[in-house]
Amino acid sequence: MPVSCTTNCGRKAILRRPKTGTSLCKECFFDAFETEVHHTITSGKLFFPGQVVAIGASGGKDSTVLAYVMKFLNDKYDYKLNLMLLSIDEGITGYRDDSLNTVKENKNDYQLPLKILSYQDLYGWTMDRVVEEVGKKNNCTFCGVFRRQALERGAVMMGASCIATGHNADDIAETVLMNIMRGDVARLGRCCAAITSSDGALPRVKPLKFCYEKEIVMYAYFRKLKYFSTECVYAPNAYRGHARNFLKELERIRPSVIMDIIHSGENLVFQTGIKTPQQGTCSSCGHVSSQELCQACTLLLSLNEGKAKQGVSKKSHKIRST
Amino acid sequence: MGSGSLKISVHFGGGAEILFDNLKQHDLELPLDNGTWNLKRLIAWIRDNKMKSKQELFVKDDSVRPGILVLVNDTDWDLLGQTDYELCDGDQVHFISTLHGG
Repeated sequence: MPVSCTTNCGRKAILRRPKTGTSLCKECFFDAFETEVHHTITSGKLFFPGQVVAIGASGGKDSTVLAYVMKFLNDKYDYKLNLMLLSIDEGITGYRDDSLNTVKENKNDYQLPLKILSYQDLYGWTMDRVVEEVGKKNNCTFCGVFRRQALERGAVMMGASCIATGHNADDIAETVLMNIMRGDVARLGRCCAAITSSDGALPRVKPLKFCYEKEIVMYAYFRKLKYFSTECVYAPNAYRGHARNFLKELERIRPSVIMDIIHSGENLVFQTGIKTPQQGTCSSCGHVSSQELCQACTLLLSLNEGKAKQGVSKKSHKIRST
Repeated sequence: MGSGSLKISVHFGGGAEILFDNLKQHDLELPLDNGTWNLKRLIAWIRDNKMKSKQELFVKDDSVRPGILVLVNDTDWDLLGQTDYELCDGDQVHFISTLHGG
């Protein structure tokens, strides 16, 4: 027996929202999803009129939905934002080369300018070669550090004053759990913010911060958005994978758990006197860093000197900047 | 109970197709000899007949692995009784992974 849309619009419901338990038809779901992102943007003051925004675009579900919704809301509510797509080519054969084709389709479908920046051009290394050098154990560390800086550099080149990323509610809840399990108090304190900025670095904003992964995938499905969903060919981030599975199993029992974890993360109060890293600039590349040499340059130096095989030191884990 | 068959099509997306030789659509004819088919029975049948390995990436505890969305004729299975939903001739079942990429 068909379930009716909770809004009494008279249409048949097509999904149950995990966040609220309400049942909505396709039209009311689109409206609810888009309106919530609009509220996240306006209540958090994520952007200002005239701002150039670089949307980090991987071709995956989250950034595809982000690009679509940002474009849609910018037109609907006249934010007056200048939106651009920014993609990073890590140099992973059979993965990123395919997903970049999806981003190129997004560029045409949404009529947004696109810039692609490669690790090869920026660092002289592709991830394929990094993996040849360091193996499949620590490669995600290299990739993550390089991508973070590459996005920053690309956004600066495009004249953008902020970077919007597709991080969703599930991602943030996972990160809260991971930071608790790692004892990373500094990151725990800031990982829930919809907008993070540090001196000298461009602010990063997360307009999909309160969007459940289920709803992002349903939105893409019903809007018929094209996205790329192949897993990276190199070892997945195993630690995050465990946090993710744990969270998904909890979600099945109690769907609100994702919002509840974010709520907990947002309301934690930290002892004063906990040492947080001082931001400065890297003596080699000039980018923001809490150390003499930024983490990207440290890793690059180890690659170029042939020392990266020895693995990533524990120390470098502690100095990552947000 | 009359014999015959139930014709449905099953679609995999969002990366779930990787578990099925990258084939996104599978048209199935299921025998009706042993009674009706609900989604629980279909999931077990897929596990036993369409997968050679990595079954744990699709199935968990008589259902799909958490993080895989299920829709029947474009309706979320959460509105249809999930695994208890009884399949009808011509049903289109979608299994969409949310676990891939970002």
